[in-house]
Amino acid sequence: MTESNKAANNKVVSLHDSHGLPRNPGLAFDTDCFAHIQVNRSATERRAASYGARRSIKQQQQAAWLFKAVSLIDLTTLAGDDTEARVRRSCANGMNPLIPALRAQLQLQSWPLSTAAICVYHDMLEAASVALAGSGVNLAAVSTGFPAGLSPLPLRLQEIEYSVAAGANEIDIVIRRRHVLEGNWQALYDEVKAMRQACGDAHIKTILATGELGTLSNVAKASMICMMAGADFIKTSTGKESVNATLPVSLTMVRMIREYHAMTGYRVGFKPAGGVSDAKTALLYMTMMKEELGLRWLQPDLFRFGASSLLGDIEKQLDHYVSGFYSAAYRHPIG
Amino acid sequence: MTLQEAFNNLDYSSALESRQAADDWLATQHHQFSHYVDGQWLATEAYPIAVTNPANGEQLASIACADESQVDEAVAAATAAQSAWWQLGGMGRAKVMYALARNLQKHARLFAVLETLDNGKPIRESRDADIPLAIRHFYHHAGWAKLQATELSDYAPVGVVGQIIPWNFPLLMLAWKIAPALAMGNTLVLKPAEQTPLTAMLFAHLCAQSGVPNGVVNIINGDGSTGALLAAHAGVQKVAFTGSTQVGKAIRRATAGQHKKLSLELGGKSAFMVFEDADLDAVVEGIVDAIWFNQGEVCCAGSRLIVQASVEQRLVAKLKLRMQSLLNGNPLDKSIDLGALVSADQFQRVSRLVSDGLQYGGECYQCTEVDSQTNFYPATLISDVETSHPLVQEEVFGPVLVCMSFRTQSEAVALANNSRYGLAASIWSENINLALDVAPKIQAGVVWINSHNQFDAACGFGGVKESGFGREGGKEGLYEYLVPKYLQAQPSVTLPTPKQPAGATQSIDHTQKFYIGGKQARPDSGLSRAIYDHQGELVEWLGEGGRKDIRNAVTAALKAQSWSASHGHLRAQILYYLAENLCLRKSEFIARMSAMTGAEAEQAEAEFDTSIGRIFTYAAWADKYDGQVHNAPYRGVTMALPEAKGVIGIVAPERQPLLSIISLLLPALAMGNRVVLVPGEHAANIALDLIQVLETSDIPAGVVNIITGSKAVLAPQLAGHAEVNALWCWGNNDLLTGVEMASSEDLKVTWCHAEDDRDWLCEQQGAGNEFLRQAIEIKNIWTPYGD
Repeated sequence: MTESNKAANNKVVSLHDSHGLPRNPGLAFDTDCFAHIQVNRSATERRAASYGARRSIKQQQQAAWLFKAVSLIDLTTLAGDDTEARVRRSCANGMNPLIPALRAQLQLQSWPLSTAAICVYHDMLEAASVALAGSGVNLAAVSTGFPAGLSPLPLRLQEIEYSVAAGANEIDIVIRRRHVLEGNWQALYDEVKAMRQACGDAHIKTILATGELGTLSNVAKASMICMMAGADFIKTSTGKESVNATLPVSLTMVRMIREYHAMTGYRVGFKPAGGVSDAKTALLYMTMMKEELGLRWLQPDLFRFGASSLLGDIEKQLDHYVSGFYSAAYRHPIG
Repeated sequence: MTLQEAFNNLDYSSALESRQAADDWLATQHHQFSHYVDGQWLATEAYPIAVTNPANGEQLASIACADESQVDEAVAAATAAQSAWWQLGGMGRAKVMYALARNLQKHARLFAVLETLDNGKPIRESRDADIPLAIRHFYHHAGWAKLQATELSDYAPVGVVGQIIPWNFPLLMLAWKIAPALAMGNTLVLKPAEQTPLTAMLFAHLCAQSGVPNGVVNIINGDGSTGALLAAHAGVQKVAFTGSTQVGKAIRRATAGQHKKLSLELGGKSAFMVFEDADLDAVVEGIVDAIWFNQGEVCCAGSRLIVQASVEQRLVAKLKLRMQSLLNGNPLDKSIDLGALVSADQFQRVSRLVSDGLQYGGECYQCTEVDSQTNFYPATLISDVETSHPLVQEEVFGPVLVCMSFRTQSEAVALANNSRYGLAASIWSENINLALDVAPKIQAGVVWINSHNQFDAACGFGGVKESGFGREGGKEGLYEYLVPKYLQAQPSVTLPTPKQPAGATQSIDHTQKFYIGGKQARPDSGLSRAIYDHQGELVEWLGEGGRKDIRNAVTAALKAQSWSASHGHLRAQILYYLAENLCLRKSEFIARMSAMTGAEAEQAEAEFDTSIGRIFTYAAWADKYDGQVHNAPYRGVTMALPEAKGVIGIVAPERQPLLSIISLLLPALAMGNRVVLVPGEHAANIALDLIQVLETSDIPAGVVNIITGSKAVLAPQLAGHAEVNALWCWGNNDLLTGVEMASSEDLKVTWCHAEDDRDWLCEQQGAGNEFLRQAIEIKNIWTPYGD
């Protein structure tokens, strides 16, 4: 580790988020931190397959975990045909998830519950920020030439600034995959670091687009570099790749978060996105977080689901918990 | 607890698997089990053995203990049923075994719960590992039953098999024993461990439903005394045992000289080798699989962590963190990692081994206190220990891992092999060059690369050294339940009566010495023995070999390692050259054979020509006896590699003295072994005549060593020598008994035969592929891949 990184370890950090967690300030670029990384895919898959068999979450616990899951959702709408009306509908669901009748049956009418954030394109920020005003729900914008991330760097940085100015306090950036595929780690680091600076006080989630990185070793290295460059969250996918969040990929990233925490003392968040669309899968991810990183990483400042249809399925499951019967989609609000 | 509290704590659920079906079934059986013999439950008055649930001490059932007459009855039933079962044919047996597999599957959850109640293992493991693997074993072997007629046409069933299984994987071990035995046309008597008989009892009920004919499967209950009766029973032609090395040795002694086939799957202290380029997070989970699977009550548990010094600290830190989230608890709870040890005895044994061991030093890390009121023992890591430490040497058979470090690959291999055991090992590295370089150097029957405790019916499992011998699973496992069809016992060789007084030897005095390490050596004893031709005339004096000569020969053989490391093509060339050089001396050898055995010239010539042919046969095989790639259900290849046994002792018969020696020596050499040969006593000079031929044929020094003398003296010395990896012995019953008895010392593989068990001139009897199979040990190397 370089001297400047050691200094970074000792630095007193003044950046705080709403949970009082010091923000990850990043480290100087240092190949020693990632050059050795090699991930064994078969072993990773074996471990990833074990969570569901090794840990059980049933009945009341399941209801509690699903309730928690709701609070971890970045409720997302990222379609080309998004309209302000649709975004307002999302915001309404995010601010008041779970229909009142269900809450009443759970005896949780007064429990303050919302999704962690609403996640939209820049174009929808204005409508969303009006809708969310005063709710405490975070507003996230996908940015930097989402989803491919191939527009010119100055434009990508400017896009961040536009979105922050438009009210986004969380920015989900995409990395340029070619930097990973070409082994151009310094360039990756420099770009992410510049983006982090452009974000200012807004939190930065770095989307690795893991489905396009080829190997788990690349995923691990890209994770480490994004954290070195100051990522607040590392995120799997845009939802637009052919393969989005998977448990083995997530386990690989989460292990890097643990490694980074051991190395620096800073906690970086994790966001699986795309592919987490039902309650059962969400519980597997949460089990993984608890097993690998501990309970602290099951709070919204360190864990998010990027999802559009997950909330509906959780509602159905909670409905089943209180009624004993399986519900239907039409009984729950559309996103 | 309110929902809001649950929200804040985010605990897992205690998810208890229902035991109702198991309790109901036990109740229908009145919680008592006798013996399943000939399709009936034998009437018995006493049920002296209590079967308990180790997790809470409750009594689940009681079982009878078979005495001599009940063992007799079971063996008699199996004997009566065997012929019809074999005559049923492959298709008939396959149908029955397929039905067994299906019925196991239909009752999978009941079996899993029963297993967990009886053994204390987590329901997750019995549900996801034990039972599915057992089912798979029956499916796989139903297939072998069908294929036997074409794929194994030279072989017939052994007959009646006695099988004794342990308590750690009760149903799975039953499947490993019963499936191949049935498939190959044997009938059997099986004794489950007295601690864990319940799934075997349920299986007995399934046999009738699945159409297993009466008497084909007999399951008797009892303790070690019943096992001893079964193993030693005269009506049992083969004994298959899985259990402790100590009992394995006792079985070896008890069956010595009984002409039984024997396979032993015994203890282990398997190495878990971590190189610095391994994925350490993957390694940590691998360790969980290796030593905390089934509470470490696994014969191939990775109980010795051998880690490269450069990553030792990081790995140990990660491991300790991981240990903090391992949960001990009710085995029926799906959310736990470790259940209960199988019994209070086992708990006390593990506790004592650890506490006694720590008196020799070592740092012990456990995340929870050991509670001696229960049978739950926590995951344990012992570091700061050396090879001399008792916990490094002894098999604990519990959740106890010892950790040592290495600096170089050769040190890692030396540490891994520094054990009496040789069952399994795992190698963790992202460098395939390194992993595939190390795997062949490990003395073990199974090597896992970047994984541990992987099993499948298609892959052979079994050990070397004091971990026993024989394989279970894969085609290699089938031979344990087969004998060659083609052997035909021959009339005894008539040996000459020496004339007294002996006359003078003819021509110039011929000094015949031993051949050790490429040099001719005099006997340590300074004694000689006379040998006589077929008319009883003194021919010459040969050395009288003894213990020290055997020692010297074995030492020389050990040094000739390069032969085992050489390529088949090189060995083939040398062996062809041996044939060439032997041919040059045809008339001399023919004359010698005629003189010694009285064979007519034509007979002697036939023996000589067949000997040359046989050398060609094995020179041909030297680069063609390939291994297999097994088709196991994972992304990877399991390579079943034939490896030289190492040093083979050969005690040759008197019959056809040149041809029999060549027929034994050549397969051993072709497969890369070094040999210590003790020729038949009568015509031992023919073996010594070969020395000059060997010397001129580029066979490296020490690859073949020849000691003459009394087989009764020399064979047990070879059998008891721990550096000799296998012993092939032809002799009378006393000799074979002595050899099998002595071999129990290090559980050497012995291949014992009556003097006149075959005609060496016959191509099948003299060169069947059993010779090649005996010359090698199969190592299964599991290699998962994927980037």
